[in-house]
Amino acid sequence: MSELPIAQEARVVALVSPLGDRSDTIERLAELGFVPGERVLLLARALFGDPIAVRVSSGTFALRLAEAACIRVELVSVAS
Amino acid sequence: MTDTAALPTNLAGPVFALVGNPNCGKTALYNLLTGARQKIANYAGVTVERKEGRLKTQTGRLVRILDLPGAYSLRPRTPDESVTCDTVLRRLPGEVAPSAIVAVVDATNLRRHLRLVLALKRLGYPVVVALNMVDLARRRGLPIDGALLSHELQVQVIETVGIRAHGADALIQYLENFQTQDGRSSLSDDATHLSVSDSEAIAADYVEVERILAACRLDVVPLGTISDRIDRVVLHPVLGPLVLISILFLMFQAVYRFAKPFMELFTDLVGWLSVTVGSLLPPGILKSLLVDGVLAGTGSILVFLPQIITLFGCIILLEDSGYLPRAAFLLDRLMGSVGLSGRAFIPLLSSFACAIPGIMATRTIPGARERLVTIMIAPLMTCSARLPVYVLLIGAFIPDRNLSFGIGLQGVVLFSLYVGGVVAAFAVASVLKFFAKGRAVNPLQMELPTYHWPSMRNLVLGLVERVKIFVGRIGSVILALTIVLWFLSSFPVAPTDFVGPAIEYSYAGRIGLALTHIFAPIGFNWQISLALVPGFAAREVAVGALGTVYSLAASGKDVAGQLAPIIAANWSLPTALSLLVWYVFAPQCLSTLATVRRETNSWRYPLLMAGYLFALAYVAAGITYHAARWLGTDS
Repeated sequence: MSELPIAQEARVVALVSPLGDRSDTIERLAELGFVPGERVLLLARALFGDPIAVRVSSGTFALRLAEAACIRVELVSVAS
Repeated sequence: MTDTAALPTNLAGPVFALVGNPNCGKTALYNLLTGARQKIANYAGVTVERKEGRLKTQTGRLVRILDLPGAYSLRPRTPDESVTCDTVLRRLPGEVAPSAIVAVVDATNLRRHLRLVLALKRLGYPVVVALNMVDLARRRGLPIDGALLSHELQVQVIETVGIRAHGADALIQYLENFQTQDGRSSLSDDATHLSVSDSEAIAADYVEVERILAACRLDVVPLGTISDRIDRVVLHPVLGPLVLISILFLMFQAVYRFAKPFMELFTDLVGWLSVTVGSLLPPGILKSLLVDGVLAGTGSILVFLPQIITLFGCIILLEDSGYLPRAAFLLDRLMGSVGLSGRAFIPLLSSFACAIPGIMATRTIPGARERLVTIMIAPLMTCSARLPVYVLLIGAFIPDRNLSFGIGLQGVVLFSLYVGGVVAAFAVASVLKFFAKGRAVNPLQMELPTYHWPSMRNLVLGLVERVKIFVGRIGSVILALTIVLWFLSSFPVAPTDFVGPAIEYSYAGRIGLALTHIFAPIGFNWQISLALVPGFAAREVAVGALGTVYSLAASGKDVAGQLAPIIAANWSLPTALSLLVWYVFAPQCLSTLATVRRETNSWRYPLLMAGYLFALAYVAAGITYHAARWLGTDS
């Protein structure tokens, strides 16, 4: 998620915890709407690239890179 | 205020709890239902405690309403979410349990909000959905249909507009007709089990919500809205911080420049009043009490009302627009460098108004350590009660020079005092970070709400509330302290053979002179030392105390509201600068310390806070005083 270019639409594939101990973070991300299949959009990066602002369904959330790293995404082609 | 203390469960009427995601307008509805004036704004986490109010319907039915902090789910991550979950799950013995739930949802943001509705439905409560902000959703072209949604959800849906008068009339109608039933019997026995929804339950809810949204033709994601276009500038890595700095700078210029003419008007009024009262009364104790005590004391604080209003006006506009979480976004990285996160920003900004709501607002911070550090540094944000002290001293000692582009020197000094507090807060936080065990990354996960035009109604109501509080404080605590101080300053009456000003013979004079043993090294005279004491009860009283002391000392002259020229003539510049710096760090008022005790549930932190602030204030004021003297400004 954190590597997306700005304004590139993508779709959530899975929530993964790279460190294994962040299940709490994963659950909260799911509650905020980051569930597989949901479309996401990177809106902005702060100075030095962290945190980022992400659109998910009709809400916008600020995430730190460590949190965004838990969200696996795939690009959505413009046609779809 | 219609809030009442918690009452036994069956005393009166059904109890409805307002439950929903953060920032969906629960408190706005609560205010409409109960006539309360609880604070509302456009960011997540404005309400951090449960409030109870009553609604009396036209037929005389009494209904009790619980306003609860917003929660994203029934698995709490923060202390404020715990309040909501514990209430809904009836984990609070002795507190009123809700008999039904009003699930408030934001009509512009149904996807996420409906998931919580499904979770609430599973608990077994009678649930009604308040479809809030329908006006906004329709204006955006969303085909909102309450009846259709109600059919798909199988729950009654009522459309509401929380920020408009009569926006909740349909909901009131529903509450009136609600059939009392024993909520307890209909509540699932395994409610606690059900609440702990795992990822699979969330996924199932997600599928169900998608089905409902598709059925209501609401499964579209708006992109490129006005909010997004504003964010392209405001969240920009370079432009964003520039916008932030400009907004804050303009705010403090406004506090100084915009409020000044009004303040001068007030000063003249108070001066006129004391001359008039003085000429009407015969000389004696009564005249001295009224003119030197009450008018000089309270009047010298009252004149700062325009500054207080301007400051709060700016804060309300910022809160209501939805800008604050954006500022937190921009500052997250910077705050991360001292072990905090952007989540600490809003509690800290609230502390510019008063540290007490700021410390309460730390309940929205998930990490216990981050929350504690935020509490400890919140008092370094200059609260509005310190504003009178700053404005008085700046007016008396800093020349009213125009720098360039219409920026005044006095406003710049005021701004730098605020910045001084912020810098000190960062320094303290980084020292505390040094002691931290381990390196847990604080979560951010902060919602950036859609921008709204600030509502005039909200602004006016908010300001009226602030004026009431400010004038109320002057009429109660400050008036009482002023009278006590006048008494201490007037008695015992000096004997005729006493050498020196009569006031130095009084109790107040003696207390002040005793305190100078402590404060003389940092340049404070006995009048200042004395004024610091009542300042512990309420900061502004320091100004009132100086008003009374100098009014009594200036025999015969009417000085109420004219304090600035007197201190300008009596104090040296190093003393004034030293006092200004003292107030940047000044130890907290007692009510703040009491709040810290309540929120941390221990005496350790309030005592630590008072101690470290006193030490910092003393050292910093001392350095300022001696540096200013050494630089030769003492002429």
